[in-house]
Amino acid sequence: MPIISSTDLLAILPTAFVVVWACTLLLVDVFAGAGGKRLTPWLAALGLLAALVLSVRGGGLEQTAFNGMLEVDGFSHAINALVLGSGLLAVLLSVDYLRQHGIAKGEYYVMLLFSISGVMLMGAAADLIVVFLSIELLSIPLYILAAFAQPDPKSEEAGLKYFLLGAFAGAFLLYGVALVYGATASTRLSEITAAVAAGLENPIFLLLGAALILIGFGFKVAAAPFHMWTPDVYEGAPTPVTAFMAVGAKVGGFAALLRVFIVAFPSLGADLAPVLIGVVAATLIIGNVAAIAQNNIKRLLAYSSISHAGFILMAFVPYADDAVYRDTLAAALFYLLAFAVTSFGSWAVVMALEKAEGKGLELQDYAGLFRRHPGLAVAMFVFMLSFIGVPPTLGFAGKFYLFRAVLEGGYVGLAVLGVLTSLVSAYYYLRVVVVMFMQDGKPQAQASPLLNLATAVTAVGTVALFFFSQPLLDWAAGAFLRLF
Amino acid sequence: MVPVQYFVGLSAILFTLGALGVLTRRNAIIIFMSIELMLNSANLLFVAFARAFEALSGQIFVFFVMTVAAAEVAVGLALIVAVFRTKDTINIDEVSSLRG
Repeated sequence: MPIISSTDLLAILPTAFVVVWACTLLLVDVFAGAGGKRLTPWLAALGLLAALVLSVRGGGLEQTAFNGMLEVDGFSHAINALVLGSGLLAVLLSVDYLRQHGIAKGEYYVMLLFSISGVMLMGAAADLIVVFLSIELLSIPLYILAAFAQPDPKSEEAGLKYFLLGAFAGAFLLYGVALVYGATASTRLSEITAAVAAGLENPIFLLLGAALILIGFGFKVAAAPFHMWTPDVYEGAPTPVTAFMAVGAKVGGFAALLRVFIVAFPSLGADLAPVLIGVVAATLIIGNVAAIAQNNIKRLLAYSSISHAGFILMAFVPYADDAVYRDTLAAALFYLLAFAVTSFGSWAVVMALEKAEGKGLELQDYAGLFRRHPGLAVAMFVFMLSFIGVPPTLGFAGKFYLFRAVLEGGYVGLAVLGVLTSLVSAYYYLRVVVVMFMQDGKPQAQASPLLNLATAVTAVGTVALFFFSQPLLDWAAGAFLRLF
Repeated sequence: MVPVQYFVGLSAILFTLGALGVLTRRNAIIIFMSIELMLNSANLLFVAFARAFEALSGQIFVFFVMTVAAAEVAVGLALIVAVFRTKDTINIDEVSSLRG
């Protein structure tokens, strides 16, 4: 049997394409003149678009590739579409921002592409080795991107903090994998389930390992109590990087979390449930309460992104329930989509008002925005409504499906906590709206057609996609996991 | 043959030492070395289990981990050097200006 067959390569064609395109782009950027360098972002966008087309065209493909290392199924296709779309938005947001802040270097887009390929691999990873490798492939370029505005001390600090805590979390994940290997003699997700079914010599290793793996993912998706890095890194990193990090790292983290736990550790559902409930409660409360005290819009959105991780994790609690896990998957994917659209939109507005040297990021800088730039203010209003979960926005539909999955799993208390913390969140989101619409000020927005385009697309998408919630949910529900 | 429990114990001790080092030390390089200690304690566990199971997969995993660790060293040291150039210190308490 050949080690790599052509069907294997065909199965990961979109991912492989992104990696090859990134390598090519690196060379193009080195050898191109000044005129050629200006093309780098557009070449990156073209590559992402081509990968998206490849991924959608191969959407029906179901296959186990590389001797069981990767599982290409509806779920991995959905993750691919989600992250490639996010990547396109990230490129749109980056072009003008990087030029205005004097950090327009071609490596930026190469790193972005590598990080995206890491997320794509995480969506398909069916072996803990691949999970570990792809989480690093996602993270290492993000460490560099967070510090991309060096020698700006804030950006450097963000990069260093993200790196140290990310590597720390990676070590927990790895030790967890080692313990699971010790318990089951395998790192393949399906073989782990089989070994568990056949009976284990040391079941405690499996439980400890799964808990450590949960800690590793908790860091990646910014769940409390592993969220400390989030506000600092989000504030210090260049804003387009933050926008991508908020969505890309979350999509990757949740993709791997969902697949690993649903496929490999369904037997631990009852043991892990109290831990998960604690994590969810802490994440929802810390994220929403700490956001109230924030005056810097980047930090406010950072805490908001923590709370949204809590909402998705809420639906993850009943993951081991055979009757519920499909709804969990669909609701989580739908919410990731809703969060991605809304989050990119809000970061686009933040970027439009950001000035050099970190000015223009305080909440007071948004005073009078409705008078000066009604379009931006209305768009931000839409995003805030979607974050709160008010109809007719995508955020409402997302929360609705999440709560439904939680109730199906029988966790009424969690659902109540989710509703209560949503109410708390309305306070700080609406504070932004009040400042924009009711206070006087003279905010000056950047004139950037690309940014305006991204804002308009995401704002319209947030509202318009709400009316297609059911087809979108069906799409998400079609993103099944191929278990064996 | 040394029983596998001894290796598990040793690696658990190394992992704990590394985690404590990350949490208590303030020098970025030493924190980084502690993280490497944690990674290598996991490597030890993989190799010990691989020998106990008489299977190769655990040993192959270690090669991947070493490669990833090398990539992390390259990026991490570059970040630390960049921070040192602007701030003249790598004490993470003095580097920390983002708060709130």
